[in-house]
Amino acid sequence: MIDMLETRAIGASLERMDGKLKVMGTAPYAFEHRLERPAYLHPVQATIARGRIRKIDTAAAESVEGVIAVITHETAARLASDENKELWVLQSDEVHFRGQFVAAVIAETPESARHAADLVRVEYQPAPHDVSFRADRKDLYAPKAVNAGYPTDTDHGDAETAFEAAEVKVDSTYTTPMEHNSPMEPHTTVALWEPPKLTLFDSTQSVHSVRATVAKTLGLEVEQVRVVSPYVGGGFGSKGEPHAHNILAALAALRAPGLAVKLALTRQQMFCLAGYRTPTIQRFRLGATRDGRLTSIIHDVVELTSRFREFAEQTAVPTRLMYASPNRRTRHRLAALDLPKPSWMRAPGETPGMFAGEVAMDELAVACGLDPVELRVRNEPECDPESGKRWGNRHLVECLREGARRFDWSRRDPKPRQRAEGHWLVGTGVASSTYPRYVLMGSRATIRVGEDGRYTVLIGAADLGTGTWTALAQIAADALECPVEAVGLEIGDTDLPNATVAGGSSGISSWGWAIVAAARELRRLHGSRPPMGAEASAQTPKPADDDKLAQHSFGAQFAEVRVNAETGEVRLSRMLGVFSAGRIINPRLARSQFIGGMTMGLSMALHEESVVEERFGHVVNHDFAGYHIACNADVANLDAVWLDEVDDRSTPMGSRGIGEIGIVGAAAAIANAVYHATGRRVRDLPITPDKLMT
Amino acid sequence: MKASITLRVDGEQRSLRIDTRTTLLDALREHLGITSAKKGCDHGQCGACTVLLDGRRVTTCLSLAVACDGATVTTAQGLARGDELHPIQQAFLDHDALQCGYCTPGQICSAVGMLEEVKAGHPSFVTEGLTAPDELSDEEIRERMSGNLCRCGAYVNIVAAIREAIGKGATP
Amino acid sequence: MTPFSYERASDAGSAVARVTANPRAAFLGGGTNLVDHMRLGVAHPELLVDVTRLPFSRIESLSDGRIRIGAGVRNSDLAADRIIRGRYRVLSQALLAGASGQLRNLATTGGNLLQRTRCAYFQDVTTPCNKRNPGSGCSAVEGHNRDHAILGASEHCVAVHPSDMAVALAALDATVVVLGPQGERRIPVVDFHRLPEDAPERDTVLEHGELIVAVELPALPVAAHSVYYKVRDRASYAFALVSVAAALEVSNGRVRDVRIAFGGIAHKPWRALRAEASLRGAPATEESYGRAAEAELADAKPLKHNGFKIPLARNTLRMVLRHLTPGAQR
Repeated sequence: MIDMLETRAIGASLERMDGKLKVMGTAPYAFEHRLERPAYLHPVQATIARGRIRKIDTAAAESVEGVIAVITHETAARLASDENKELWVLQSDEVHFRGQFVAAVIAETPESARHAADLVRVEYQPAPHDVSFRADRKDLYAPKAVNAGYPTDTDHGDAETAFEAAEVKVDSTYTTPMEHNSPMEPHTTVALWEPPKLTLFDSTQSVHSVRATVAKTLGLEVEQVRVVSPYVGGGFGSKGEPHAHNILAALAALRAPGLAVKLALTRQQMFCLAGYRTPTIQRFRLGATRDGRLTSIIHDVVELTSRFREFAEQTAVPTRLMYASPNRRTRHRLAALDLPKPSWMRAPGETPGMFAGEVAMDELAVACGLDPVELRVRNEPECDPESGKRWGNRHLVECLREGARRFDWSRRDPKPRQRAEGHWLVGTGVASSTYPRYVLMGSRATIRVGEDGRYTVLIGAADLGTGTWTALAQIAADALECPVEAVGLEIGDTDLPNATVAGGSSGISSWGWAIVAAARELRRLHGSRPPMGAEASAQTPKPADDDKLAQHSFGAQFAEVRVNAETGEVRLSRMLGVFSAGRIINPRLARSQFIGGMTMGLSMALHEESVVEERFGHVVNHDFAGYHIACNADVANLDAVWLDEVDDRSTPMGSRGIGEIGIVGAAAAIANAVYHATGRRVRDLPITPDKLMT
Repeated sequence: MKASITLRVDGEQRSLRIDTRTTLLDALREHLGITSAKKGCDHGQCGACTVLLDGRRVTTCLSLAVACDGATVTTAQGLARGDELHPIQQAFLDHDALQCGYCTPGQICSAVGMLEEVKAGHPSFVTEGLTAPDELSDEEIRERMSGNLCRCGAYVNIVAAIREAIGKGATP
Repeated sequence: MTPFSYERASDAGSAVARVTANPRAAFLGGGTNLVDHMRLGVAHPELLVDVTRLPFSRIESLSDGRIRIGAGVRNSDLAADRIIRGRYRVLSQALLAGASGQLRNLATTGGNLLQRTRCAYFQDVTTPCNKRNPGSGCSAVEGHNRDHAILGASEHCVAVHPSDMAVALAALDATVVVLGPQGERRIPVVDFHRLPEDAPERDTVLEHGELIVAVELPALPVAAHSVYYKVRDRASYAFALVSVAAALEVSNGRVRDVRIAFGGIAHKPWRALRAEASLRGAPATEESYGRAAEAELADAKPLKHNGFKIPLARNTLRMVLRHLTPGAQR
């Protein structure tokens, strides 16, 4: 039983506390801190996808006016740990992917740094590279586990036999492309080495993770490293773990003590150095009775990883819990290629996996002649299918019903290609959405009592636009039973207590709980009127019932699209998400998160694709002109609502986390709407005009 | 090559000596410490660097500072009057038309510039008959603001904020 | 970027002389393409001559009904001009379909004509490109060529011209007025841009040092009844997959006058002369429009990834002509 918080500030639609600085543009992002002695870093990148550096000639670069130093694998400081090959920067002559850092110029101005970088001459010994992503590769392998520690394969009952015997079958292959997180603020590290102290002004989803990793990699004591990141211009997973640029900036700082060495990746560089979502090839089979009851679910995933370090996206994991079926098999297989390492991108696993699963369910609805909402309701599992655990709070059916009501779903003619407005074919689609509730261990909050009933709350958490600055203040206010105005929150600095990563939609749950625990500790130590100067600290406690319950958020996404019958252009006309995510800390900010995720899902459905050039081994469309993310004109009436609920099994705030669920299922809802509009089933994202041209 | 230029930035006369290669964006950010114009792509593909240059909204990442000698620049910082926000800025706050905030100053300058264009009778690609619109539909706002990408997906609220600002007579 | 010196031109003649005398000099307009390419390392002039303050910023109605557009007129101002909107609608729409509001405020008429292909291999100095580096090969022919040409290409280059404005100008029979060391010359827009043939490094027929001073539109009644349709992967701020600029006059159920140009399908704006010939005098019907589209696209050659542009161009043209036909369903 969780000791629930009484809420007053929680639930209020307070204005974003960092909003004023942001609308003025004065909130300092990593590149923008005023530092006394700046220098500029520009990297040199490998132009081969695999092989070795034979020779580097830096003479011309070094002679450019304003250049302070040029570092290469021959001259850079030696790193202490090679445990993470992605971070083994400028340490050897090996090239693992096209675009890898092979040298860097430190200079007084950004123009001279960049110009000098162009003058560094590198000779390579190329080796044959392999970036061919296909499902028929003979070298596909099963990883030991997939991301977040889930089993690679699961197998219940006899899914193949049950599928063969099913009255109604769906057997389709769905493909999602490589995608790049593409936050608006490029990955940035400004590194200042004033021995023995290394300070990094960074843009990260976890200052403590960057500190620990940089210290370990460089062979420094953790206490020597400070990471500062009060404002982050988006991350979406790509700033969740350190990348090569963190190390490169640190190496440059070591070479130029006393200078604040500034490195911001160019947009082009972000397509090979900032992580990305793997492409997937997913075979999805559903077997059902004639009245739509599932008898078999089989989800086979093929995806990729880099050769030098593994990342296995947990694509089939949502299939393990969405619907009831006595037989179910899921499988992940990887191709290890000469590419950069994939990493987290908003709702890793759920995003691509639910695209396949939710389009497959739509195909099953059509095959059974059932309404797609009804099909899902009909297969609602009583408990978590794989573990047998009770649901903590599962309300998928309510979300589907509420969404159907608001979207006027009952008037829908299920036959495709029935509605047209001039050239535009109109259709609607639905998909389910899900995301686990995670509470991570390891965050600590410290609360100090100040003057006049004011409190300072300290925790190294991160706000990427996610609302942390505001939500944690609301939680603290209720935990301390004081007005929100009396709370002074400090986040985004390793001088503050350890905080877990802003990832897995776990931030507010994990940090909030630590704050609640610290407030309760403060009361335990000092009573309800703690004196000025009193202080208390606590960690996120281990939730008692977590082993017994399956805790997940769910949602339903409804989309209406218009497809130009002549040109194949697809335009969203309206979209609604209905979510069940526990108590909403701040409705104004939560709605922004939900619709932000849905917008990213729209972008995934219609626009995004990183094209890998097999001959060269790089992403050929490596900028915003070639890699399209949704623009304002793409987004029509798009809204999100949520069930009014309090989850007393999840956190003392009654909340479950909302950062990622918005993207899950969005692309499937849109793809299903395109089918409904046109009668054409597109199973390959993005759904661009060429895929609808006859 | 170096050049000496003067710019009037957010109401203040500034003199600077810059490389001819220095863009107006880097002149603002690195030379003058005015970081409200932001670098999202440095190639004119995202709009985060938008300011008002001699009253018009422009991207600054492809404008050479030396070519802007003598110009008047207004950034989001300059749109506020001390602590008092421009109506567009206030509307952005009221409607939560931002999340990470990195595209936000560019969105705001773009919105202000866009409303000036509307006032001057400029059509957009979606303007029926190309005659100046009396009322700005949501479709018009979206199209006119499409030069400012937002990865956080705040578009819905950005449109709502601009709509409210128009309603409150934000077109100066 | 390589270092360069910068000068502001005080008059056109000396600007021309300055650039003509230095093979590594370039004119600077709005900079939205040139500075982009300088940062990418694709262009490396050592001298920039800024021509934005030359007296080429007006749109004038000439006595014979022609319109003279100064090369320095910004794209947004040209699109908003009342005469252009009223009498040359397709040009206004084409301009508004391009880029973004901010870029349109910077880009000039002359610069827009001279913008270079957005082919990803051209813009990346680490991938071979005959346009950037003659003789090094064309990476797009066997590569990712979804955005590339279906007409007029050669084995040396399959790039497309990215301008929307130029497509409308080609349909309108506009003329480019150019000042060179030898004096002024007039080049029809349809002849201004080249096909790649075996010299893809030359986008246009301009000689080094020649400066665009104006673009002239003929008096063209049919242009008042015109439209620009742009098919793109997202609803705005994207280059054309295929675009159509068209003007149509129908009288007694027959096509009296027609102008058609395609964008996004060739190294230059593709004036659809065959389609026009097929349409003049023909009944203003779906059948005629289909035949005209077939005629124009008969020689279209798909690459591995852009075959869809052929039916797309056909469909878009038919849709646009249908839209311009009086009384027809929208």
